[in-house]
This record gives sequence, C-alpha cells and structure tokens, in this order.
Amino acid sequence: MDQDSISPARAAETPQETPAAQAVPAIDVLNVSKLFGEGQSAVRALDDVSVAIGENAFFTLLGPSGCGKTTLLRLIAGFDHPSAGQILLRGEDISELPPNQRSVNTVFQSYALFPHMTVRQNIGFGPKMLGWDKARIDRTVTDMLALVRMEALADRRTDQISGGQQQRVALARALAPRPKVLLLDEPLSALDYKLRKEMQTELKRLQHETGITFIFVTHDQEEALTMSDRIAVMSAGRILQIGSPREIYLHPRERFVADFIGDTNFLAAEVIEAGGGMARLRLAGGGEAEATVPEGVAATGRVTASVRPEQARLVAPGQGALTGRVAGRVYFGTDTLVTLRLADDSAFTLRVQNSLTDGEPPGEGAEAGIALAPGALQVLRD
Amino acid sequence: MARAFEVRRQRGFVTVAILCFIALYAPMVTLVAYSFNAGSSLALWEGFSLRWYGAAWENEAVQEATIRSVVVAVSASVLATAIATMAALGTTRVPHYRGLTAVYALINQPLMVPEIVTGVALLVVFAIVKEATGYHGLFYLIAAHTAFCIPFAYLPIRARLQGMDSRLEAAAADLYASPWAAFRHVTLPLMFPGIIAGAMLAFVISLDDVVITEFVKSAGQDTLPTYMLGQLRRVVTPEINAISTVLLAISVAIVSIFFLVTRKRT
Amino acid sequence: MPEAAEPAPEAPAAPRVDAEEMARRAVRRRWLLNLPAILWLILFAAGPLLVVLLYSFLAAGDYGGVRWELSTDGWFAVLMTRDIFDDTLRLQDAHLAIFWRSVKLSVMTTLACLLLGFPTAYFIATRSRANRNLWLFLITIPFWTNLLIRTFAMLEWIRAQGVINSVLTGLGIVDEPVQMLYTDFSIMLGMTYVYFPLMVLPLYASMEKLDFRLVEAAYDLYASRLQVLRGVIVPLVSPGIVAGSILVFIPSLGAYVTPRVLGGGKQMMLGNLIELQFGQGRNWPLGAALSISLLALVMVALIFYVRAAQKGGEGHG
Repeated sequence: MDQDSISPARAAETPQETPAAQAVPAIDVLNVSKLFGEGQSAVRALDDVSVAIGENAFFTLLGPSGCGKTTLLRLIAGFDHPSAGQILLRGEDISELPPNQRSVNTVFQSYALFPHMTVRQNIGFGPKMLGWDKARIDRTVTDMLALVRMEALADRRTDQISGGQQQRVALARALAPRPKVLLLDEPLSALDYKLRKEMQTELKRLQHETGITFIFVTHDQEEALTMSDRIAVMSAGRILQIGSPREIYLHPRERFVADFIGDTNFLAAEVIEAGGGMARLRLAGGGEAEATVPEGVAATGRVTASVRPEQARLVAPGQGALTGRVAGRVYFGTDTLVTLRLADDSAFTLRVQNSLTDGEPPGEGAEAGIALAPGALQVLRD
Repeated sequence: MARAFEVRRQRGFVTVAILCFIALYAPMVTLVAYSFNAGSSLALWEGFSLRWYGAAWENEAVQEATIRSVVVAVSASVLATAIATMAALGTTRVPHYRGLTAVYALINQPLMVPEIVTGVALLVVFAIVKEATGYHGLFYLIAAHTAFCIPFAYLPIRARLQGMDSRLEAAAADLYASPWAAFRHVTLPLMFPGIIAGAMLAFVISLDDVVITEFVKSAGQDTLPTYMLGQLRRVVTPEINAISTVLLAISVAIVSIFFLVTRKRT
Repeated sequence: MPEAAEPAPEAPAAPRVDAEEMARRAVRRRWLLNLPAILWLILFAAGPLLVVLLYSFLAAGDYGGVRWELSTDGWFAVLMTRDIFDDTLRLQDAHLAIFWRSVKLSVMTTLACLLLGFPTAYFIATRSRANRNLWLFLITIPFWTNLLIRTFAMLEWIRAQGVINSVLTGLGIVDEPVQMLYTDFSIMLGMTYVYFPLMVLPLYASMEKLDFRLVEAAYDLYASRLQVLRGVIVPLVSPGIVAGSILVFIPSLGAYVTPRVLGGGKQMMLGNLIELQFGQGRNWPLGAALSISLLALVMVALIFYVRAAQKGGEGHG
C-alpha cells in the first residue's frame, strides 16, 4: 500500500461529517508517525497516519493488538508525543502539550480510579484541578453522578463498588471537566459479557446526551459495528479504511479489512473488463460474476474478490455464478453454515437461514449452485 | 472411616516447629519475668516488684542514654525516611537507566557489609574529622545511624510504589493536574503507608543498634544498648532486664503497628 | 444534558515544552531525587570502606591510629608473625584459630538454622491463610527486636546459675552446673537463636509459593513422604534455602555482640579480633586488614549466592 492512499480516504471522509464539523474537526491527525526506540531497533508504531474526527461523533479505532490504535490514543491524550506530524484539537496544534493542558480526557482500560478517594472525590478531581469554585464543582459532581446513575454510591471508596460501577465512575470522572473529546481505551474489556452489552448501550446514550466526541479504541469488531458512527480500521501502524459500520462491513477495500470484520469468502479471479466502479470477473472457482470496484482499487489482471456468507444463496446446480459440492454443514439454530468445495478446490461458506418451509439445505456430497446477491461481490486490494 | 490422606504432612515437622517457637520465646519470657523480681538475683524468684524499673528510672546514666537513644533514633529515622522516599521516587517505576544498578547497590550496601566493618570504617573516618574539627557531638551518631537506616526505610516505600498503578498519575495528569499537583494529591497519599512503615522500621533499627554505635560514639555518649553492653562486664542486676523489657515492648509495639499498616489496603 | 452550556475547560497556559526537553528534565529530576541518598551513603557507608582499605596499607601509630607511611605490616600480621627471639617467620596461630572458628561456627550456625528453620517455615506455610499471618508475626517479632537483648536472654538461660542448669541440678540429672557459657557451643547456640528468623523468613517466602498439586502428583506416582520431601519440596524451595543460608551465614561471619557476650572474650571470632585491634591492641592497620579480609569473605559468599540464585532462576523459570 502506498502512503498517499490514506489521504483520499480522509478527503472522502470529512464531508460526510455533521455540517458543523466540516469547517474544523474536533480532532485532526495530520501525517503522524510514532517510533519507539532508536536506530535499527526502532519500532514504527504509527506510520504516517491521518484522520479527521468530526464533532459530536462516536468514532472507533478498530484493529488487532499491536496495530497502533492505543498509541494513537495516547498521542491524542498527550501521554506520548508524535515523532512526526501534528495533532490538532479544534484546529489548534496540541502535539507537544502535556496531558494536563489538553481539553481531552481519557477513560482508562482498567479505569485507574484513585483508590484513596471516594466516588465523589474521583469525579470532582478534574474540576478541582481546573480551579473551579466549590459550588460549581459540587454542581458538576451531582450532575455527573445523576448522568451515570451512581448517586446512591457517591461516598463509597472505589474498591467497594463493582466493576460495572467503577466503569461508570471512570466515565463520569472523565466527563466532569467537560472535555472537547473523550478517549476510551478498550473500557469494556474487563467486563463480563452481559455487563458489556449493557455498557455499550450506556456509552451510546452518554455520547448522545453530552454531545462530546468519543474516540473509542477496541479490538472487538462487533462492539465497533454496533456502537460507532464511524470506524477506522487499523493494522500495522496504518489506517486501512475509514467509514460507517455499514460501509466497512459491506464494502471493505482491503483484504485485511474484509477478513478482520465478520466472516467472508475470498475468491481468486481474473478481470475480464472493468469500468465505472464495476468489473466483470472470471472466478477461479468456475463461472463469471459482476463485482463492485471500490474507489482507489486497481482492477486489472489477477485480483481477489470477497463476498459475505449471508449474501450468497444456494440454487440448483448449474444456476448461479458458481457451482460446488457440499463439504460440510454446521447448524447454528437460526441458520446453518454450509461449506462447499469449488472447482479449484477452494472452500466457499454461505449462511442459509433456517425455516420450517424450505426444508434442510442439501446434504454432504450433493452438488449445488451458488447465486451471489447483486453488488455483493467486491474486488479487494491485497 | 479412615483418616483422609494429608498431602501436606511431613513426619515430625510440627513438633520441631512448635519446639522452635517455644525456644524462641522462652528466654525472652524469662528475661521479662525477672525484670519484675523483688530480689537482686537473676536465678532466685523472690516475689513480684517494680523495684528495678524504679531503679532504672532514677539511674542518671540510664536517663541520659535513653534521651540520647531517642534523639538519635528520631533524627536518624526522619532523615533516613526523607532520603529514602526521594530515592524510592528516583529509582522505582522508571525505565532502566544507566547507573540505576549502582544506586541500588549503594542503597543496599549497609545491608551487605558486616556491621563491625562499617563500625570500624566510621571510627577511622570520624577520628580524622573529630581531630580536624574538634567537634565531638551527636551528629556522628546521627549520620551513621541515618546511613544504615536508609535501606530499611527504602524497602517498604519502594514496595509500596512498585505496587502502585502508574496509570493513576497518568489519570491525574489527564484530569489537568500539574506534575506537582499529581504528586501531592495522588502519589504522596498513596505512598504514605509505605513512608510510615519505613520510618517505623528505621526507628526500631536505630534504637536497637549496638555495634556501629559502639565504634562511633565519643566518650560518654552511650545509647541504651551500648550502656547495657557496658553493664554486662559488671555484676548484672534485674535493672538490665527492666531496661530490656521496655525496649522490647517498644519494638513489639512498633512492629505490630508496622504489620497492621502494611497488611491493610494492599 | 446538565451544564450543556458550560464552556469547555481552558487549561492554564504554560510555555510549550518539546518532548526531548521533557525527557531531559525527567533524567535531571531522577538524579536530584537520588542525590541525597548517594551523597549520604558515600560519605557515611561506602566511602569510609575505602579509607579502611587505605589504612590497611599504612604503618601503625604508637598509641592507635596510623603513621602516614606505606607499609604491608598490617596485611602481614593477618596470618604471620615474627618470633620475638630469633626473628623467624611463623604462621600466626592465634589468628588462624580465630579465622577457623569464625568459618566453622558460621557454617554450623547456618546448618542448625536450616535444620530447625525448614520444618518451622514448612509448618507456617501449611497453616490456614488466617493463621499463617499470626505465626509469621511470631517469627518477625524477634527479627525486629534488639539483638543484644536476645543474646542477653540466652545468656540468662545458659549461665551456670541459669535456667537450664537450675532445671538440670534441680532434677538431679547433674550434680555440678554444666559449663556451657564461654564455649564455642554457647556462641553457636546464641547465633542460631538470634539469626533463626533470618532463615525462616526467606524459606517461608519460597514455601508459600509451593504448588501442592505437585506434591499430590508425586504421591499419585507412588512417592513416599520422604521421597516427596527430597525429590519435590526441597528442590522447589531451594531458592529459599540458598537465600536463608546466606542471610544467616553473612552476619554470623561478622558477628561481634554474640561472641562477646556468650564467648566472654575468650572464644573470639573475627569481629572481636578486629575490635581488639582498634581497642587495646592499638594496631589499626592490622584491624583494617582484618576488616577487609572479613569483607572479602562476605563478598565470596555473596558471589556464591548470586551464582546459586541465577542457577535456581534458570532451573525454575
């Protein structure tokens, strides 16, 4: 991937933000690189990353561990400084400011609540450090306690409350000074499944009610899809794609993005003809199909295309774009995953919704055709 | 029903352990008991009396030694704790830097060198200084005690700091605390139990020291332990037991508090 | 949203500092924090040792102290002596005996502490969690109480008119009090008594981490109690055995108070010999050379310990 390829993505990104954000984004990351260590052994944690994050957005940095998402968050928070590039907060360069001089607050992964203070004192800490007068601090703390529904436990010490409650206090503490941007570093990872689901809704509500830009870091693609307004998918210190959850899921531009988010089938193919964002492909598994070509992806010669399991349908043999032999079925309750072996011996998985009327999908060894939903096949950049 | 097979059992271990505990405490119990003996013998029990405590209380040499012991122990523990606190902040939770190992070695040095060697070394150096300056005051004792108290004060403070989440200071900075405010409102209150524990250990160590004090003290500068050591050459009366009992009580009290402070809130 | 109209916080303006300058400041602050400890310990702990080294190469003054001229007499006198009559060189038997006694008593003390401390530490480590702290506390109390007082307590037990002899004569087991005081035995007994906690504490620290599922596994594989002890428990707690042994051995080697009180000046150890040179002996260079020798012995023990600890670390991850 060449370096310039990020910039068009950012250019394409900005106009889709709310109108107010068009002029000045809440956070503007400009060509930021971050190296750890020196000389030969230096590790490039961030490699020329640019992204504009609009006002009043729930923005998610998604990627596997070590992809640079937490590094980027730390740079925005001020715990580290970029090796190159700039970070603007509402148009003002904050790259070199220490954390206590940035109007950006963080919800830490394991909350980092002050153990020697009560819930109330924790929430009041930021305003106190800002030198607000006592009445205003009290009012803010009371409001925040109400916002996260922790009034009843306000005078408990933080080690006397549950993990979910600590999470709420951490949120309230970070929101109390009314930051311009709130950073959340995998804040739900320490919670059990049920609580995590609850907090996802809670976070969305808080973002909505406060109108503060949330920048949320996670490696959990499901969490990212359900909560975010926009997602930036990161890998190896770069941002690969930025878009709404729907765009990211339905129209991944890169093999990595398609693979990391959800399940997908990769099909080797050769371009017969291309133009106007579309291409006609000859699939290695047999048959031809129309595919969409995302902006910035070259559709020539041999390419990889992807299609999601639920966007393909089993049809009679000979019909549809592809034909294969059923190699296995796994029953999932609401649906069944059927794996077929194609002519080139590659596997293709599709999701068949179970219903009372249609009967079972064909059994192992049976031959079947695969029809692809129009526009579902997508040419990827490798 | 057969007794369950006890995996942890080893033949005779419990007996040996119990005997060791008895052996550990029996001499001290005798020592304390004879401090209340009405007679002047350490062998014959002649009834209960506080006579020897009274004798010790009125003994001018004991009074002076007590005051000196306390002055030295308080000064040394305060100094050592202040120095150790700073050193703990400079050596804990920092990326490894050049010279760090040397600083560790220096701080732990008094624990590794035999007391007699340190005592001799200070005797030699202070002899030069005493001759050059003509000053024979308590500072020598305080300086020596502070030095060997530093590692004892340092250990609990360092342990406390190491156990502390460095993200708490990051959180404070994130919430607009200046480095000083973060230290004052977060770091210092959290390390305070460690500082108290360190100061108490330093106090006990200084109060109990015999060897180094014996070499460093100028004429007539006995502390309680060196006074007692000197008395052993003469006829021993339960007065020594009375002084010992008081010192023991102080140590036990301080160590108990130390235990409570370090056990809680971990 | 409460306080939606609240203006965003404006952080106090401060001069902008670049990252490199911040790193430089962090380094400077670190050294400023370490400085008092470094200075104090160099002045009053480490530095004086160098002076002792220097003194060991000077000539003895007539009334203590040194004359400022280079001399190896001090080192010479550590092991050798010149016959007063015919000026021939002989080994200094008295010093050799003291060196030998110091090493012998220290080794024996260490072994005694280990033999008694191992079951004791094991006992504490196998108590319930609530009781464990109490037993540990009982070991810690003597650890922090005055060594002189504990030696003194032992003295009262083993004196001719002490508790042990009173019991023995009272029961008619012996007619005359047994002479225990002022012997090698009394010194060893006293050192075992005072340094016992130093053995138990590190032993306990390793045993506390002992995974008893391994012991169960050994029994499951037909091991006897003794085989479990030798083949599983001892190897697993060997770091504690090494640490405890070194913690007892080093102060034993440099012991001064215990041999003085329980050896009565007759059965000297190195510490007493050193003190003698700075007191009545008035041979400071010899005392300095002896001090350096003691320090060297301690260093050898420490190097052995570090080696053993590293090996143990490799063996058990």
